[in-house]
Amino acid sequence: MSSQPNARRQVYLDHSATTPVRPEVLAAMLPYFAGKFGNASSVHSWGYEAREAINDAREKVASLIEAAPNEILFTSGGTESDNLAIRGVARARKSKGNHLITSQIEHHAVLHTFEALQKEGFDVTFVPCDKYGLIDPDGVRKAIRKDTILISVMHGQNEVGTIEPVKEIGAIAREHGVLFHTDAVQSVGKVPINVNDMNIDLLTLSSHKIYGPKGVGALYVKRGVRLTPQLTGGAHERRMRAGTENVPGIVGFGEACRLAKAELPEESRRLTKLRDKLIEGILRQIPDVILNGHPVLRLPHNVNVSIKYLEGESILLNLDRMGVAASSGSACTSGSLEPSHVLLAMGLTHETAHGSLRFALGMSNTEEDIDYVLEVLPPIVEKLRAMSPIGPGSGL
Amino acid sequence: MSIDSSLVYMDNSSTTRPFPEVNEAMNSVYARQFGNPSSLHSMGYEAEKLVSKARKSVANLLGVGEDRIFFTSGGTEANNWAIFGSLRSAGSKYNHVIASAVEHPSVLAVMEYLKQIGYRVSLAPVDREGRVDPAQVLSLVGEDTCVVSVMLVQNEVGTVQPCAEIGAGLAQLGPRRPRFHVDAVQGFARIDIDVERWGIDLLSISSHKIHGPKGIGALYIRKGVRMHPLILGGGQEQGLRSGTENVPGIAGFGVACDIWAKISGEARRKMYGLRKRLMGGVRAVFPDAVLNGPEVENAAPHIVNFSFPGFRGETILHALEKRKVFVSTGSACSSRKSKPSPVILALGKTEEEALSAIRFSMSPYTAVEDVDNTVSALEDALKELAPWRRKLT
Ligand SMILES: Cc1ncc(COP(=O)(O)O)c(C=O)c1O
Ligand SMILES: Cc1ncc(COP(=O)(O)O)c(C=O)c1O
Repeated sequence: MSSQPNARRQVYLDHSATTPVRPEVLAAMLPYFAGKFGNASSVHSWGYEAREAINDAREKVASLIEAAPNEILFTSGGTESDNLAIRGVARARKSKGNHLITSQIEHHAVLHTFEALQKEGFDVTFVPCDKYGLIDPDGVRKAIRKDTILISVMHGQNEVGTIEPVKEIGAIAREHGVLFHTDAVQSVGKVPINVNDMNIDLLTLSSHKIYGPKGVGALYVKRGVRLTPQLTGGAHERRMRAGTENVPGIVGFGEACRLAKAELPEESRRLTKLRDKLIEGILRQIPDVILNGHPVLRLPHNVNVSIKYLEGESILLNLDRMGVAASSGSACTSGSLEPSHVLLAMGLTHETAHGSLRFALGMSNTEEDIDYVLEVLPPIVEKLRAMSPIGPGSGL
Repeated sequence: MSIDSSLVYMDNSSTTRPFPEVNEAMNSVYARQFGNPSSLHSMGYEAEKLVSKARKSVANLLGVGEDRIFFTSGGTEANNWAIFGSLRSAGSKYNHVIASAVEHPSVLAVMEYLKQIGYRVSLAPVDREGRVDPAQVLSLVGEDTCVVSVMLVQNEVGTVQPCAEIGAGLAQLGPRRPRFHVDAVQGFARIDIDVERWGIDLLSISSHKIHGPKGIGALYIRKGVRMHPLILGGGQEQGLRSGTENVPGIAGFGVACDIWAKISGEARRKMYGLRKRLMGGVRAVFPDAVLNGPEVENAAPHIVNFSFPGFRGETILHALEKRKVFVSTGSACSSRKSKPSPVILALGKTEEEALSAIRFSMSPYTAVEDVDNTVSALEDALKELAPWRRKLT
């Protein structure tokens, strides 16, 4: 993090975009880049060694969400897992029905996949959320038809941090014989997950959001659930996902899961405290700010606020100069000028949505980091507002 | 396993050991440059710079424009994408695809699936050396042909396919010609490719086959070729391949390409020399050995495949393994099942020959002593196994 060497402090608050690989995780991976470089499909000892490492990692990933190891498929990341879950189920169950349900506030990996299926002729219902970004299970229930084959509602919302009532939605899905997928990329490792208790049939995980390496993810597929593979080739991953396994990446992901599970209760409490301190500080020190997302049903690491009369981007730039890395909206869409679809779905105006800032906390953050942000942010806002053509008096 | 000079790794077509420079580069990215390239802060810009630098390195080794390289999770994804993506963008009049009969499973499985869902699939046969006949491939092309997929180097027997001739023939078919996909996973960096002149529209490569990290590959897409994405989401890779970029993997792939750009000429000469030496050695210790694939002409520098009639491939593999020599019986993906290799059978070989095949595959790391050790281990192994020699079929 040498990017802003002149800043007094380096504070990375973009852990929902990506996280650094933990030293323990990197240490676990290193042997598989060097000596243990075998192909897990080879039938000699280099292959067996790689295969064993993958099996070991599979157990660790499964354990984090209380699944069985053979219910975990490794992929190249959260995006591929989302695509595989949704397309794979839609294809496999096409003869059973043509209707799919998701929400308006999903990550683009889910949303765009459903939109593509819509173009291919599937009927898709996008259920709305309330002003806190919460999906009403009853709304999902009402959307179910005879020909509904899949419901996909995310667990932890990546922009505003709202934790969705996944268990209830899963129960409704099960009651109606519909498969239920949840994108848990942001909640895994932050909130306890038990796929059986929570009635989940398919669940998406991504390694780089929990201090594992980029380029790896997993899909939990409940035993008995059939998927049409999206990448075919060798006999990898029970024929559900072909391609030479990314052994070091998978090993790192496994280790990251093991550590996340061990540290979850403690780390989650710690992050929640920091989160609330940051939220309270911002609301107290800066006028005309609103908190986006649910005040209580909220991921422990997410802070999202709209700073009225300002553009999130200009605040980001100024924060970056002070050594603070944050984001506006989700990283993937932040290159575009479209306001976040999530904030719009929650009923924010374009202007308020444009002024949104996300601080995503993580392992490295301390009280001092929060103090630092609370020290540098208010003057930035004040300076920018003084220069801004829009403001409380401008009629906008 | 550790890198122990007494171990002889002759399975470089399955996967390769990353260059030390690759690991160094990746370690620094893991430790320090962990940003998400889409992020709007300096950590993000820094990650984005790493990705563009690597994209240049890959494009440079392939001799194409850097904006035509799209990173994927590997060769399998690139192959799947090339074919499925073409069909999705082509419209329903295109109902036919062509491939060689000896493609990698990541192409053949796609063909099999397409057949199941109603597409017409033609598989061009190969001669005894594993080569397709360009004229025959071209004769299969119809009005409704969407893609012709022919690999550059066959992964089990090392045959170099006549991609230049096929591409030239397709180019003469005019604007409605099918697009030409080349699976160059085994050929990239190891033999010359002229993407432009050969008329290649789509080309797959994989990092872990050229001493880069696993979990990363790329698809080259010629400018003007319309492609549908296979994986949708945040719109990375110009909207054609979504998913947070595997920045360290991409950086490592780039470094591997930079190294090949420097060493490839010499590495090829060296591997061709070792190949000749290995073939001589094998024939000397086992005169009944049957070469699968080309002798010299149209042979890739790194692959040698022999059948040892009377012995099961796995039996030899394990006997060699005991002697610290690591080989494979066919492509790694299919090597878990003990069936005759369909590729060797496609060459017109007997089932006996297909069951007794062993692939030796080399790398720039392979030394003369490795080849000599392989030959003496083979001699020793076959001597031990001789009492059990019998007809397999
Ligand atoms: C909720 C959610 N789903 C999916 C993804 C995509 O995961 P990946 O970056 O591993 O492709 C992300 C992150 O970008 C996310 O936040
Ligand atoms: C010719 C060929 N194509 C494709 C692949 C698949 O590439 P990857 O292992 O990167 O998925 C391989 C290797 O397994 C190969 O040898």
